[in-house]
Amino acid sequence: MAYVINESACTGCGSCEFGCPNAAIKMKGDIFVINPSKCNECKGHFDEPQCVAACPADCITLAA
Amino acid sequence: MSSSIISLKDAVAGSTTVDRASKPTSTGGGCSTSGCGTPSAEAAIPASVLARINDHPCYSEEAHHNFARIHVAVAPACNIQCNYCNRKYDCANESRPGVVSERLSPEDAVRKVQAVAAKMPELSVVGIAGPGDALADYRHTFATFRLMREVLPDLRLCLSTNGLALVDHVETIKSLGIDHVTITMNAVDPHVSEGIYDWVYFNNRRLRGLEAATVLLDRQMEGLDALARADVLVKINSVLIPGINDDHLAKLNTVVRQHGAFIHNIMPLISDPAHGTYFGLNGQRGPSPEELQRVQDQVSGDARVMRHCRQCRADAVGLIGEDRGQEFTMAKLPETVEDTTRERESYRALIAHEQQDKTRQAGDARRTIRALELTEETLVAVCSKGGGRINEHFGHASEFKVYAADSNGLRFIGHRRIDRYCGGGEGDDSKLETTIVALAGIRHVLCAKIGNCPRQQLSEAGITVSDAQAFEYIESAIAAHFHDCYAQTVATERRA
Repeated sequence: MAYVINESACTGCGSCEFGCPNAAIKMKGDIFVINPSKCNECKGHFDEPQCVAACPADCITLAA
Repeated sequence: MSSSIISLKDAVAGSTTVDRASKPTSTGGGCSTSGCGTPSAEAAIPASVLARINDHPCYSEEAHHNFARIHVAVAPACNIQCNYCNRKYDCANESRPGVVSERLSPEDAVRKVQAVAAKMPELSVVGIAGPGDALADYRHTFATFRLMREVLPDLRLCLSTNGLALVDHVETIKSLGIDHVTITMNAVDPHVSEGIYDWVYFNNRRLRGLEAATVLLDRQMEGLDALARADVLVKINSVLIPGINDDHLAKLNTVVRQHGAFIHNIMPLISDPAHGTYFGLNGQRGPSPEELQRVQDQVSGDARVMRHCRQCRADAVGLIGEDRGQEFTMAKLPETVEDTTRERESYRALIAHEQQDKTRQAGDARRTIRALELTEETLVAVCSKGGGRINEHFGHASEFKVYAADSNGLRFIGHRRIDRYCGGGEGDDSKLETTIVALAGIRHVLCAKIGNCPRQQLSEAGITVSDAQAFEYIESAIAAHFHDCYAQTVATERRA
């Protein structure tokens, strides 16, 4: 499992990229995307996923 | 466009009608001399304002020798994309805005400031300058400032923003006692700024082109007006981009000053393909030192142009030009820190005393230089590590401070950065050549010490070097040196 960024709500601000301990988030075009093979939901690093905590647009959720 | 801002269109079109004519009167004349010590720059500034900047290193040329700032990187989010910025790149050795090594939570930021304050009595300012925009995700910025007010109330707070979100937060800024705000504005005509921004994210929409540039400009002007009404000191930063806004910044200066901005800082574009910025990758060059100086001179009518900016990182710590950020990474912070408020107070009192002494001597020095009645403007470069003194070895200098002397006296006109040509022991001739290029147009160099070989090469390049004034105040040293060089000539000419 991995977190995903809702494209339509992402503002491209870059907060999540700074917060990610796994360097799993990169900019593609105007918005950021999470590489599912690098995302471990911050398990072992933090109590809560750092991208979700950082996102001012609340647009990051767990992939269905 | 809001009706509260005077018609930016009019201003751009050259009209001088303003709704709040706050343009200061230039004192001009003999008082237009300035310097790192710049009584004249400051003569144009009301005393009430002076008291608010005399310990702020980024607002006062004088203060930057004596007072330190810390930028806490709590604001990674940004709401616009500038073509000169790439926040992803991080290198601890690199100094440019938008770059940080570690992002901090508001709580971490306060711990870091406490640790720095305990070690650095010269600390006077806590600023938030990114690495994104301080107000794009304002929650972290204001949470940090609220904590700072509780823990270290004697430190000044300031922030830096692109202005897009500014007008929405002016009340909070005022209520937190944030006394200084910097707005980065690169144009007052959207047709000019169109080429500077890739996009602007506003009201849940990503805007581009002229629309993006217009929205950003309107919001910046509303923010500037609101801050001026709230009596918050505003500095405008502009990035000089050759071919895009170099002919436009004089106009920008006029407009922002009419709207109450207190000082203008024109910075050179930093452009390198390795930084991965749009401009860097597309071959947009930065300005030469002479181009920068030309534009700064165009707008320096009453000397309220900042010339000592070093374009520091969004996590810089220490005196300007001396980044000690690596000593204070989160991993190195102590568990507990002492309260050092009293040390800071006594340091500030000491500086105020030294300041009076220096101002008196600088006044004497300017009178000496005026008495020489120089017939043309003569440029002098000095090597100084700070404290307003000639106290650096020529070979160790990474930059020179440049002063202009003429019949009006002496004024500071800027810095010229160079590669350090002395890498430890052996001087390197090719680097000395670089230094000589950097000194183009300069006739005299004053330093604490210099070797025979570089002295001779500078002499061959037509530059007189002296280390006779080592450790003197800069103004007094220049006056003494000029007296030695020119008093004789002047006397001879008078007799003839």
